[in-house]
Amino acid sequence: MRRRAVHQEFDPTQPLVATGNLRRRHAVSRVVQSLAVAAAIAAVAVLVIVIWAVVSHGIKAISWEFITRPAPKGVAPNLVGTAEIVGIATLMAMPIGVLIALFLSEYSGPRSTRPVQLLMDVMNGLPSIIIAVFVFALLVANGKGQAGIKASVALAIIMVPLIARGTQEVLRLVPAAQREAADALGVARWRSVLTIILPAATGGIVTATLLSVARAAGETAPVLLLSSLATGDAFQLNPFKEIPNVPVRIFQLSEEANPEGFTEAWGLSLILIAIILVLGLGSRYLLNRSKRKLAR
Amino acid sequence: MSATPPAGTASLKLARSNRQSPARKRADRFGDMSLRLICAGAAVLAAVVLFLIAKEVIEGAQPAFSKFGFSFITHQEWAPPLEKFGGRGVILGTLITSAMALCIGGPIAISIGIFLALLAPTSVRNLFSPLVEMLAAIPSVILGFWGLLILGPVLVSTIEPFLHNTFGFIPLFGTPQTTGAGIFNAGLILTIMVIPIIASVTRDLFMAVPRELQDGAAALGSTRWEVIRGVVLPTTLSGMTAACLLGLGRALGEAIAVSQVIGGGTESHISLFKNGGTMASIIALQFPSPVNALHEASLYYLAALLLVIGMASNVLANYVGARFSGVGATR
Repeated sequence: MRRRAVHQEFDPTQPLVATGNLRRRHAVSRVVQSLAVAAAIAAVAVLVIVIWAVVSHGIKAISWEFITRPAPKGVAPNLVGTAEIVGIATLMAMPIGVLIALFLSEYSGPRSTRPVQLLMDVMNGLPSIIIAVFVFALLVANGKGQAGIKASVALAIIMVPLIARGTQEVLRLVPAAQREAADALGVARWRSVLTIILPAATGGIVTATLLSVARAAGETAPVLLLSSLATGDAFQLNPFKEIPNVPVRIFQLSEEANPEGFTEAWGLSLILIAIILVLGLGSRYLLNRSKRKLAR
Repeated sequence: MSATPPAGTASLKLARSNRQSPARKRADRFGDMSLRLICAGAAVLAAVVLFLIAKEVIEGAQPAFSKFGFSFITHQEWAPPLEKFGGRGVILGTLITSAMALCIGGPIAISIGIFLALLAPTSVRNLFSPLVEMLAAIPSVILGFWGLLILGPVLVSTIEPFLHNTFGFIPLFGTPQTTGAGIFNAGLILTIMVIPIIASVTRDLFMAVPRELQDGAAALGSTRWEVIRGVVLPTTLSGMTAACLLGLGRALGEAIAVSQVIGGGTESHISLFKNGGTMASIIALQFPSPVNALHEASLYYLAALLLVIGMASNVLANYVGARFSGVGATR
């Protein structure tokens, strides 16, 4: 085919269009490009289908009673419980995550950066069920019993690498000129870290924390092993007792073949997904704002 | 507001006081030292936690390991009341579901990465990128619930009979069951979970491929696909491998969604449409109420295997990603 195209005589009156081999190459290119577009559309379609299913089924369960009353009519204790477990986890994880990020960006030498970075990556990649099993072995096994705060510990282990990485990314954006200006003025390092670098990175730290909260709120494996005995017929605020929560309730309801339970689970899923998406979008907005501010 | 650079006056004041007072100097030395120590301490704490995780899980597995040794991995039977434990069924289940997720999800995700980084106009990219990432934000328990109630019935009424009738001669595509729960369903759910991970990593990779290389290829007459195949994919090969390893780590370790849709079971078989189990899902289902001490130890054994595989895939991803980043244009 190609040979024929080469030997064809040039006809200046013909319009300039690709023929032969070139036409084939264009066609291949076009096919591959449309496949890529189709893949992206398919992914978004899956997202839409899942969210549509959650919304259309979940909306039937939602009522004022549903979100303000304990079981059997509502799920308020589970909502409060998840908020409490995740809140305590955030209090534990945020300082540690930020400090590790500070270590990586301000203090570590070339020799310690790599291992700590790798440590964070490995912790980030650990399956949450393993972390749950670990906390179970350490704090629950041998008759010590479940408790909300133990679930918080597991969630904190999941959150630390997320917060550290997010914080590190913003710390990298703090202009070098600001550090150098502080150094030139003879400001001690710790003062410049606390009064210049950290304040400049606040927006990013909040973003990273919100994102990790969104992730932790939906984590089921840790709460399933560490705080699953309370079903939500009463409020439980004591973190040293089993705290009812959202993910475990959804999981338990999905394991029972009970249509009313399914409706309740859809309702819970809708609330959970709404919270997570709001956190995700909010943090994205905050991140863009703080990045713009730093870039100025 | 608070994030604006602090006014020079405060720093100046600090600087002056620094120079003048020896007490301040001592305080600064102390402050520097302690902040450095606290930061390093946090890093050490994380290392200690990781070490403790490995220690606790391996210690828990000790009784099972001393009883079964490595034959646990190849032994078939999983019968808690009889104190007989073998991981072959769930290990096979893990391998099949993860392989399915990577084989289906990998190409799709890389295509999405190509689309987002190279083909889509900026406005489309800014719309699609967050949407793809949103897919990753859906909690696994909700995805599993959806897979059980919505996806399962669809699979069992349409797709599974079709695959069975067309490819039934391959043992993978055995007789469909009635519920729609099973290994096939779990593999699809895992596919949905790995796609956003691989897609967002590869998108960043492809965006980092230098513009000049692509323009050069285009100037030599390459079509868009030839630029991608000849320039973009080869320079990012290591990064794509790393991304797939990250996805694999996620797929191997997902417990909740899989345990919801896989139907539960520990037999070793390769029919996609039957019930099954993965290491992580069996831990999630049976760990809260073990039948006997050996049962618990065997579950720890599975957790230890999972820990080793998960860490290995992450370290490997890190190594592959870093090892070749200088050669290509990955970062």
